[in-house]
Amino acid sequence: MATYQLNVNGQTKKVDADPSTPLLWVLREELKMTGTKYGCGISACGACTVHLNGVATRSCIVPVSLIGNQKITTIEGIGSDPIGRAVQSAWVEKDVVQCGYCQSGQIMSAVALLKATTKPTDTNIEESMGGNLCRCATYVRIREAIKRAAEQLA
Amino acid sequence: MQAALKCETDRINRRSFLRVSSVAAGGLFVSLYLDLPVLAREATQGPPKVYPPDAFVHVRSDGKILITVNRLEFGQGVQTSLPMILADEMDANWSQIVSELAPAADVYKDPVFGIQMVGGSGSIAHSFTQYRELGAKTRAMLIAAAAERWKVSPDQCRTENSVVYGPGGKSARYAELAERAARQPVPEKVSLKNPSEFRLIGKKVPRLDSAAKCDGSQKFGLDLDLPGMKIAVVAHPPVFGGRVKSFDDKEARRLEGVKDIFEIPLVNGSGVAVVADRFWAAKQARDLLQIDWDLSGLELPDTSQLWTRYKELARTPGNVAVARGDDKAMSRIPVARRIVAEYDFPYLAHTPMEPLNATVRFEGNKAEAWVPSQFQTMDQMTIAQVLGLKPEQVTFHTEYAGGGFGRRAVIDSHVPREAATIAKRLRGTPIKLVWTREDDVRGGYYRPMHAHRVEIGIGGDGMPAAWRHVVVGQSLVAGTPFAVMMIKNGVDQTTVEGTSDTSYEIPNFHVSAHNPTVNVPVLWWRSVGHTHNAFVMETLIDELAARAKMDPIAYRRKLLKPEAKKLIAVLDLLDQQSAWRNSLPKGHAAGIACHECFGTGVACAVDVSIENSRPKIHRATIAVDCGLAVNPLTIESQFQGGIGFGLTQLMAGGAITFKDGRVVQRNFDGYTPPYIVDAPVTVDVHVVPSNEAPTGCGEPPVPVISPAVVNALAKLTGKRYRSLPLANV
Repeated sequence: MATYQLNVNGQTKKVDADPSTPLLWVLREELKMTGTKYGCGISACGACTVHLNGVATRSCIVPVSLIGNQKITTIEGIGSDPIGRAVQSAWVEKDVVQCGYCQSGQIMSAVALLKATTKPTDTNIEESMGGNLCRCATYVRIREAIKRAAEQLA
Repeated sequence: MQAALKCETDRINRRSFLRVSSVAAGGLFVSLYLDLPVLAREATQGPPKVYPPDAFVHVRSDGKILITVNRLEFGQGVQTSLPMILADEMDANWSQIVSELAPAADVYKDPVFGIQMVGGSGSIAHSFTQYRELGAKTRAMLIAAAAERWKVSPDQCRTENSVVYGPGGKSARYAELAERAARQPVPEKVSLKNPSEFRLIGKKVPRLDSAAKCDGSQKFGLDLDLPGMKIAVVAHPPVFGGRVKSFDDKEARRLEGVKDIFEIPLVNGSGVAVVADRFWAAKQARDLLQIDWDLSGLELPDTSQLWTRYKELARTPGNVAVARGDDKAMSRIPVARRIVAEYDFPYLAHTPMEPLNATVRFEGNKAEAWVPSQFQTMDQMTIAQVLGLKPEQVTFHTEYAGGGFGRRAVIDSHVPREAATIAKRLRGTPIKLVWTREDDVRGGYYRPMHAHRVEIGIGGDGMPAAWRHVVVGQSLVAGTPFAVMMIKNGVDQTTVEGTSDTSYEIPNFHVSAHNPTVNVPVLWWRSVGHTHNAFVMETLIDELAARAKMDPIAYRRKLLKPEAKKLIAVLDLLDQQSAWRNSLPKGHAAGIACHECFGTGVACAVDVSIENSRPKIHRATIAVDCGLAVNPLTIESQFQGGIGFGLTQLMAGGAITFKDGRVVQRNFDGYTPPYIVDAPVTVDVHVVPSNEAPTGCGEPPVPVISPAVVNALAKLTGKRYRSLPLANV
């Protein structure tokens, strides 16, 4: 066990964890922030996506020992970002979710896309969202919601 | 599943009871025998069930109206649609509605199936009238309370937006009347609205759970956190039915946070459970276990050997599902007008996004369980049985589920069973059992693999004159309480559904099936037997249409029986809505398919090109006849998503295979469902206007998409695709 000071959604959080513990499980089990989801554990589904210094990252394969002082943003904190807020409201407006389990990760990937590209094309969307699996296959509405959020932010 | 469950219930004449019988699962377990035919018959034909409104509606003093949903919410949207139905008849203000999932209890059982469950696209179909009546009764009780307070006659009162209005400008909010209303007698009969009076039903009402699912606050089963809770994972045998011979846990026990490691019996064979403070410790400890497995006497499934066996079986007639017309008709058709087609379909995992889980706390004389469950009745009984309790001693909470697609409706309840088995040993400690994704991909309960062999004799008019069809695949229900209802003449009806009940008029029609036994647990996968049967039927019909040089929609229209009203309606609507088929760019082709299942008719047209040797689906147009459209927004979502789910079987990595008894794939790196790039770019959904009884929208989207896509590919490449998963084109 080791002690880590993590910067999560702008707050400093102290946690004790085995250094190999993926950030995902530190968020979920130590910090009780369960909005970030476990889907595969091998960075193949995107359900665990968070931002590290603004970069969309699969938290299921990043050990807590490698986080250091990077800024962690999770689904619980993304609403305080204007782009995050726009994406969340576009998601609600377009009635995107079904089971909803993957949507935290989808939203985190979409926010990262819109931070990099203000008017994403279908190809941009397929590239940025290409690793986020949705078994309900809400993909059509995800595309619509990303375009809607881009419109709102323009 | 719905039709099959309903069938033959009359034949059975036994008292409804629970029978406990020993099974060979290590001699440690007994299996619950649930008399499903009797339960279903009692539900549909017994004295009318009384559903007390207070079990479903709670008008709170703060103005919120809590509506209890008798189903699991796992994406299909009943958490919104069922409250809409009730709130409409109740004249409730929609903005006040709060929806919650019901715990396991008799009153929440499916009014048709007689058990508490989600499956067979029955949520709206079976509970539409039930929820309307509940709403109307609640409204009548609120009116009675107002009339009593104002000393007027109830028929002098009317309701709107959670307010009762009386003579002389009197009005009272539902919240003010709630206490008095609860003391009113529940009316036995109520009149329901005319469809023209609906205020919510038929409107595009956004989901109630959207916001919570977009900010991370929605709790799913896996998110549960209880004081003192421990996490359990189980090491399962590498071959189904394997047993632990011995194991070495010295290394594993050294890990910080590991609490206990012990062998547990499974439904079939045994495994090793690891209990720890946290998931990561539990999983790491499991990885360190050295387990010596006893695999003696077990069949070691092997995909290539199974194909050989299945294809041989497909060349011999099986048990007869349908024998219509003249058995000798084929021999009179010239060989030049015959087609022989062989198809194969692999095992498919459901892989819902939320890995399987169940949480159980055992307290000696009672227990509590939290399960994202499609089968509450079975899961509660199984937990009770493992713990030596009666079902009513197990408080069973239905947790939100991250998808399911059938995977959380397991007859042997193996996941809650494991959780209960572990919790029994650690009395008083809540145990959250987590199946990792690897456990899920390798853990069985797959859509079975199937081989089909079809011989078609074509008449002089280009229409099929004789059809002989053999289907080979494991039964989903043999040896379970469902068998008595779903196996007829030795044929599991789910093996042939979608073929045996086809709406195409084929005069000489023979369908038979083999249900071989294989050491792989199998399970219904969204739309059940229709996944493969619709693929076979709709690709062959398309081939016949092409051979007859007819438009694929016109050919199907001509071949459909006149009574196939829903399919005719959706083909006509599709024809109108897919004018884009006539002006496609070079390198694109349109593919068509239609299918009716679970009472809903669906037709689909896709615009497909080939990119990187794979089909690229630019557009899908869908026409649906599901009776009265309760929430057109949900229907649109279910169809957009359902066709995406259906594409799983076309994916290059859409197969579970076996080598030497072991599953080859382990996670989404080897078993790859559709991602955004694989799904259609746009999907437009068109609903046939109807006031007929509503039918389901969860299962029916799935079957049409794969045949529609390969029918388009056939136009582009000139090849017919009969082997799934789809190889590069």
